Amino acid sequence: MNLLAVHVPWGLALGIKTLIVLIVVPTGALLLGYVFLLKMMSHMQSRLGPMEAGPHGSLQLVADGLKFLQKEDVILAEADRPVFKLAPAVVVLSTFLIFVVIPVGPGPGGVVSNLDVGVFYALAVSSLSVIGVLMAGWASANKFALLGALRAAAQLIAYELPLLLAVVGVVLQAGTMNLQGIVAAQQDGSIFGWGFIGNPFIFTQFIGFVLFMVAAQAELTQTPFDMPVAESELVAGYMVEYTGFRFLFFFIGEFGTATAFAALAATLFLGGYALPWFHGTAATVLGPFVLIAKMMLVAFFIFWVRFTYPRLREDQLQSLAWKVLIPLALFNIVLTGTLKVLV
Amino acid sequence: MSTTNPPEETMPDIEIDPRDLRHLADAQMNVELDTGDMILNLGPQHPATHGTLRVVVRLDGERVISADPVIGYMHRGYEKLTEFRTYPQITTLINRIDWLSSFANEVPFIDGAEKLMGVTAPPRAQYIRTMLTELSRIATFVLFLGEMSLQVGGITPAFFGFRDREHILNLIESATGGRFHPNFNRIGGIKDDLPWGWLSETRSAMQMVLNSCDDFEDLVAGNEIFQARTRSIGIIPGELGATYGVSGSNLRASGVDWDLRRDGAPYLVYPELDFKVWTHPDGDSYARYMVRLQETRESARMVVQMLDQIPEGPVMAKVPRIIKVPEGEVWVETENPLGQMGYYIVSKGGTGPFRVKIRSASFSNVSILPWLLRGVYVPDVITILASLYFILGDIDR
Repeated sequence: MNLLAVHVPWGLALGIKTLIVLIVVPTGALLLGYVFLLKMMSHMQSRLGPMEAGPHGSLQLVADGLKFLQKEDVILAEADRPVFKLAPAVVVLSTFLIFVVIPVGPGPGGVVSNLDVGVFYALAVSSLSVIGVLMAGWASANKFALLGALRAAAQLIAYELPLLLAVVGVVLQAGTMNLQGIVAAQQDGSIFGWGFIGNPFIFTQFIGFVLFMVAAQAELTQTPFDMPVAESELVAGYMVEYTGFRFLFFFIGEFGTATAFAALAATLFLGGYALPWFHGTAATVLGPFVLIAKMMLVAFFIFWVRFTYPRLREDQLQSLAWKVLIPLALFNIVLTGTLKVLV
Repeated sequence: MSTTNPPEETMPDIEIDPRDLRHLADAQMNVELDTGDMILNLGPQHPATHGTLRVVVRLDGERVISADPVIGYMHRGYEKLTEFRTYPQITTLINRIDWLSSFANEVPFIDGAEKLMGVTAPPRAQYIRTMLTELSRIATFVLFLGEMSLQVGGITPAFFGFRDREHILNLIESATGGRFHPNFNRIGGIKDDLPWGWLSETRSAMQMVLNSCDDFEDLVAGNEIFQARTRSIGIIPGELGATYGVSGSNLRASGVDWDLRRDGAPYLVYPELDFKVWTHPDGDSYARYMVRLQETRESARMVVQMLDQIPEGPVMAKVPRIIKVPEGEVWVETENPLGQMGYYIVSKGGTGPFRVKIRSASFSNVSILPWLLRGVYVPDVITILASLYFILGDIDR
């Protein structure tokens, strides 16, 4: 933490880092929730969406959040109280933990924690949320919630594998698992010797990018893979018994994780915070804005698919993961390895 | 309905509900196979049941072992209520049987009353009735085309369905004054003539319907995920469907070429129209979707035909001020959006009917559910419920 070339004591640095992550997650969730869930979906569906709270309805989610805080915290008599209370926190926790490693600028000051196994860490903590989902589903003492939680567990485990395998190609090409290193490799790299715009891995790792997006869609339980919350079948799946601020936690978890995955995809495949010709101070200043722009682009695709497609059935989802995505990911790894050695 | 009922001679003398025995037998089987079943109540409060249908589903994992529809949560006693109303008052009630296509409900009842009285509505009134019936069919079906997508997970087309329905409801409103419940039919004709400019408005709206049918075909029916979710799901064999009393588009989707507009006793101006009856050989949920999609287009074309052919003239025949229907009995059935709808009217010569039996399409369509839902997965239950397309008011009356 020597962003301004001032020595910052360890405790203060930790506090600042925690604060940053604590602010980023709800803000990202609000941003995505407003831009995509409220506005983009409404305009796709020939309606306006919220228009009253704030300019163009931009404060609607803040108002909703305040409303949720006022609601009664209903816990069923049948519910397993401690588990029921803990579950939303576990889900949100995994979201917070992903942001720890996503870089927004060059150097150690651009990231909360510059881990050498950054990618690995991010994908590992992202799957923590399934524990929270299972806890929620089990503790709710509701059959719909239980079905939703079991579906979520099966689905998240099945899609963990293609998600990881899709990233292996990127790691092979960058030669590092450190996210800063991956960004640098994209900024200064070259596509088969042509290095004018660096080497955003979306070009050389296009299969990996597509696989990552499909698997991320499933990890986020967004349509067409939203069986755990399928509102026409399971009403709201594992969230069905949650009210008030506990539901708000799930909401923040859902959209915060969408933000995190969009930022991760932007970092891994679109060059992250970096632009090809900007280094040094310019990159430090522009970094967060560039990352947010790229993140919104990725999120746009995630939500575009979400609002357009119907959902698959559980068995179709599994066969897609095991019969299509995983073989394709393995092929991509072999291809990348071969080219890496040859070129 | 279950095959596990014991034979007659083993039945003990004490009174036992056969359903208890079935559970006992199933419990015995479960001990042997060591699987625990879960009983899941889909409804009466569930987003996919269009109201208050309750389906008690026994699940093994996500597979349905048996499903029992429980109806009656919305029973309003319309058959009994008709006995205490005069004929003009009854249209208010029967508007509310199938609330999506209210106008189409009125037609067979008024038709029956007119037959008993020996009154015939003038041709222009017949045309307007037919047009409004077809408009309510379109309003019902475009909603289905969107909502089917919603039930299998796609949110956006549902709003397109509501948007298109809004155009049609506006037309119905401007002609009749009521959006949902027009209450526009009178014995001997209809209440008013069409407002100025209605014909050209309708013509452009029909073009809009045809365009959005193309959209639905691309966006929903052409979607691979939608096809994977609906093809070969919930197959009704044509013969079996007919035995259960399934009618309308559900039966035509099973390859039975039967449409009361063409095959029944002639009513309204359908004999004068040129239209095709669409069928589909598959009988699955996708077939039901496609048949309704084609029927929406066909209805739009029929409305355009009628707009070209509609004659001038009065819209009301001469009828006495106080309507008294002579003694007699009559059975009238029509092809309503949801299927075959019929009224058996018994008159003893008063101002109101002595007894009315209402045959509503959804009641029979839903009766096939226990057979249809056995062995499918939970998501398919929703697909099948959505594709059968029933209205709770039409089931419970």
